[in-house]
Parts: sequence; structure tokens; C-alpha cells
Amino acid sequence: MTWAALLGLAAAAYAMKAIGPVALGRRQLPPAVLETLGMLSIPLLAALVAVQTFGGAHRLVVDARVPAMAVAAVLVWRRAPFPVVLAAAAVTAALLRL
Amino acid sequence: MSAERRPLTRRAAAIGGATGVYGVSFGVLSVAAGLSVAQTCAMSLLVFTGASQFAVVGVLSAGGSVSAALAPALLLAARNGVYGLSLVPILRGRLGRRALESQLIIDESTAMARAQPDPASARLAFLATGISVFICWNLGTLLGAAAGSSLGDPRRLGLDAMFPAAFLALLAPQLRRPGAPAAALSGAAIALMLVPLAPAGVPILAASLGVVPGLWWAHRRAPREAPET
Repeated sequence: MTWAALLGLAAAAYAMKAIGPVALGRRQLPPAVLETLGMLSIPLLAALVAVQTFGGAHRLVVDARVPAMAVAAVLVWRRAPFPVVLAAAAVTAALLRL
Repeated sequence: MSAERRPLTRRAAAIGGATGVYGVSFGVLSVAAGLSVAQTCAMSLLVFTGASQFAVVGVLSAGGSVSAALAPALLLAARNGVYGLSLVPILRGRLGRRALESQLIIDESTAMARAQPDPASARLAFLATGISVFICWNLGTLLGAAAGSSLGDPRRLGLDAMFPAAFLALLAPQLRRPGAPAAALSGAAIALMLVPLAPAGVPILAASLGVVPGLWWAHRRAPREAPET
């Protein structure tokens, strides 16, 4: 990887982050737009959960991550502390891969 | 007020600590993929969006070219643009300040901000989480890059299962909003259907369309509930 490619990626990644806060700035957005934007994080987070649980190289796979997520889901439901949820998921997957 | 804020900053610190662990594994994988320690640390400081960084080193270590590595990284980074738009009502300082804060726009800081009931605590949650993750992610990267492969395969340690667990824990409190379950289920379904068909990054971006059934559900219910009050 060249430094030019790395800096190019950094510039592009920053530009995408900054579009909203820098370009739109303090403008007031219409309520319908705000409602849509407010809901956007929900399907995005759900997609991250799904893809990182079942995602493989261009296919869906069921491996140690699935039981690990089942454990995590029960702990989230029982309102366990955040670090406990993460640690339990990692330990479950690691034990299944022994 | 400060008593209410304490659990928020504690939560932000916990998220930071967890991402620090990912940072270590990123550092290990990045050096193993052929990047120098300086490049690895520069990527965490300047790109600062974990999924894109993992995508780059993942493709490179599988023997892919730099351009093949950048495409999924850019697609994954595009979701930060969507996050940035959703944070416009929260980040309302001067231009210079907003420009700096923009670098902190990532999954974790956005999810923490969106989980707060009012703009003031949302802003605090965004900053506390963003700064805590920035520090831990970069320290972790440096540690991992310096330690190199002596730490072993992060998958064997179950670290890959920590990502979806973290996002699930951040998503769960938001599911009580009207229409949220419909949006979440459609987003997950869209993404899973696209995994075998589309390049990495596209499934997550396309999942944004899950807001359509979510909004439809929220508005479909509203008129029915109104007469009861």
C-alpha cells in the first residue's frame, strides 16, 4: 500500500463524514427529513449485526459467531453491562473454536 | 445533571475500551498484510473508521491489489456520510468545530448519540464516545502493530464475534421507537440478501432503504392510535 493511496482513502473517508455537519451546517432541516435521518441508524446497525454474524466471502456462513451472538442477545435482553456482552460473545466464539 | 451524565461517560469509556481491543487486532492484521507500522498508525489516525480499515487489510492480505482494497473501504466509509447527515441536528457549533467533530463520526459515536433522549445529552454522548474510541483505537493500533503476529489470530480469540455483539447492544435500546423493528428487520434482510451478490460495503449501504418500511409502519400506526387519546 502506497502513502498516496492511504492519504487518498483518508481524504475520501473524511469528506463523506463531513458532508452533513460541514456542508449543511446549521441550516434547519424539514421535520420529514429529520425523521428519516433519525431512523437511518436503525437499519444500518441491524445490517451491521446481520452481516458481521453471517457474512463470509460473498456468501452467508453459520459458524461460531452465531451461538456467540445468541449468548450476546440474551445478555442484551437481560440488560447486562456492555463490556460483559462483548466479553461473553468473544469467549463463546473462542471456546467453540478450540 | 452531572449525576445523570456519569453513566453516559462510563458507557463511552466501555465502548472505547472494547474498540481498543479491535484496534490491537487491526494493528496485528495490518502489519501482517504488509503495511508498515507508520502506515498502520496513520490509517487509524486519519481514516478512523474501523470497518473500512479492516476491509483494506483484509483484501490486501488475501492478495488483492490496492485498488481492489480501496473500493470496499470507500463503500463502507459511505455509511459515515449517512451518519453525518443524521447528526446535523446535534452538531451545531462553529464551522471549525464541526469540521473537527466530523472526524469522530463513526458507528459507535452515532449510535450512542441517537440513543439519547435530548440534543444536549446526544451531543455529550457523541463527543464522549468519539473521543474515547479515537484514543483507544489509536493506542490499540500502535500496540498491535508493534507486537505484530506474536498475539496470534484474532479470530481464534473470538474477537470477530465482538463486533456484531457491540452493534446489537447499541441497537437494542433504539428498537422501542415506532417503526424501529420494521426498519431493523428490513435493513438486516436487505443486507443479508445482498451479501452473496454485491461487493463488500454495498449490503450495509443498501440497508438504509430499511427506513422506508420503518417510516411506513410508524405512520400507519399513528392515525389508529390518535382517536383513543
